[in-house]
Amino acid sequence: MAMIWDLHCHLSGVDGKTPEKRMAQLITIAGRMGIERLCVYMGMPWARDPSPEDLRRENDQVLQAIGKFPDRTFGFVYLNPKHVEASLAELERCVANGPMVGVKLWVAHRCSGPELDPIIQRAAELKAVIFQHTWFNVTGNLPGESTPLELVALARRHPNTPIICGHTGGDWELGLRAIRGQRNLYADLAGSEPVAGYTEMAVRELGAGRVLYGSDAGGRSFSSQLGKVFGANIPESAKKLILGENLKRLMTPILKAKGIKV
Amino acid sequence: MATSAIALSAALPSPAAQAKPAALIDTNVSLSRWPFRRCPLDDTPALVAKLRAHGVTQAWAGTFDALLHKDLTTANARLADECARHGKGLLLPIGAINPTLPDWETDLRRCAEVHQMRGVRLHPNYHGYKLGDPLFGRFLAAATDRGLLVQIALVMEDDRTQLALAKAAPTDTAPLPALLKKFPGARVQLLNAFRTLRGKPVLDLAAVGVRFEIATLESVEGAGNLLKQLPPDRLCFGSHAPFYYFESAKLKLQESDLTPAQRAALTHDNARKLLNS
Repeated sequence: MAMIWDLHCHLSGVDGKTPEKRMAQLITIAGRMGIERLCVYMGMPWARDPSPEDLRRENDQVLQAIGKFPDRTFGFVYLNPKHVEASLAELERCVANGPMVGVKLWVAHRCSGPELDPIIQRAAELKAVIFQHTWFNVTGNLPGESTPLELVALARRHPNTPIICGHTGGDWELGLRAIRGQRNLYADLAGSEPVAGYTEMAVRELGAGRVLYGSDAGGRSFSSQLGKVFGANIPESAKKLILGENLKRLMTPILKAKGIKV
Repeated sequence: MATSAIALSAALPSPAAQAKPAALIDTNVSLSRWPFRRCPLDDTPALVAKLRAHGVTQAWAGTFDALLHKDLTTANARLADECARHGKGLLLPIGAINPTLPDWETDLRRCAEVHQMRGVRLHPNYHGYKLGDPLFGRFLAAATDRGLLVQIALVMEDDRTQLALAKAAPTDTAPLPALLKKFPGARVQLLNAFRTLRGKPVLDLAAVGVRFEIATLESVEGAGNLLKQLPPDRLCFGSHAPFYYFESAKLKLQESDLTPAQRAALTHDNARKLLNS
């Protein structure tokens, strides 16, 4: 038996005029694939460099989406380190005083800067799962798009706080090398091509306990991303960790704190 | 809504659990070695075992050697030999042609006459030409005269993750619809098309008879959604194994709520028609 929790879902790329309808559609499709829980973040449409108003609008949409499906979904609050006060306020509203259990940081601002520190500190106090998008793009990163090396710099300042390296840098052969020595960083398998060897290298370099399945649905298919785990030449025990047990372990502190039973 | 743990086998049924295996034709596999990394299944017997284990009944195999080798004559000979020696008929060799090379016509003739290949595969982005170039038109005329299927790989990998010294930008298909109107007998399938091709260009290409495969098809329910938009015979199964995990493509058959007719078309009927038309 393998429990599958998907770390990385959005309300984009799926039919439905409202967040609730899109969430319902995602859950239906995920159900065909045996996926039990979906983590969802960011709204419709999303902003790459969200203003405080954008943050509230997008987070409200996620609250709407997860509100109807509390036993199938988890919400992560979308924050922008360019707006620290507004981000901290959203963290209080959506996580401390709301149902969300994680933090999503995307491409507005490079993550190595000191602006990140109060956000990471407060998220850690709340036991929230922290997710930072990263990419090593040979055609050029966006101005605010972080690399795994920049995430390592952040993680070194918060060595007791687990942080997820979104996409493992996309170019996973580089990303895994970048993060392997920083033990509080975890690899997100989501949102890249299902290139064979990815998961094997992740397990070899990080250990199965630091690797997490995610899809980046609805822009990505569940299939291509699950294929990275099902198709990998790794032990079944490692697959179980990657598909859900690792994420559940990372989430357990905040779920317990909120009295959420899974 | 109740939750429950779901068996791994429910997400990806093992072939043994499938009562009556149907035909599954993989139109996009490659043999030999990817130039920039070892792929876990780049040994032909291992790839054959993987394909067999998942119920693949025929696999159209090109060669990774096509990307960077200049001597495609021997690359094609090795491909034909490898397909003959492994898989007991599972592997259908698809030779490589580079129409920028001197005397590519002899390679084409050998593919058809010596190796009895049913099709050939092109890699314009690695070989440095565009589909609007006259040399591609000459190639297409020659391949069509010989009744060969033409597979065009638009990309082989995400251009964001390529080696900095070996960037190959995706092939632009814009010239193809007009060109194909001049060659009504041409049979063309695009491989790895959906990394860069979406929306109207896909429909325009489908309207002139171009076929596709699903290896790079993304978004949730991607296959089902695309089948609603395309003429029913245009989409085939393809995995891009061993570069991609084979399971990525196989699971797409499960992610969409396909009718039996759609499933049959996608898994084998369309490929058979394409090969035999």
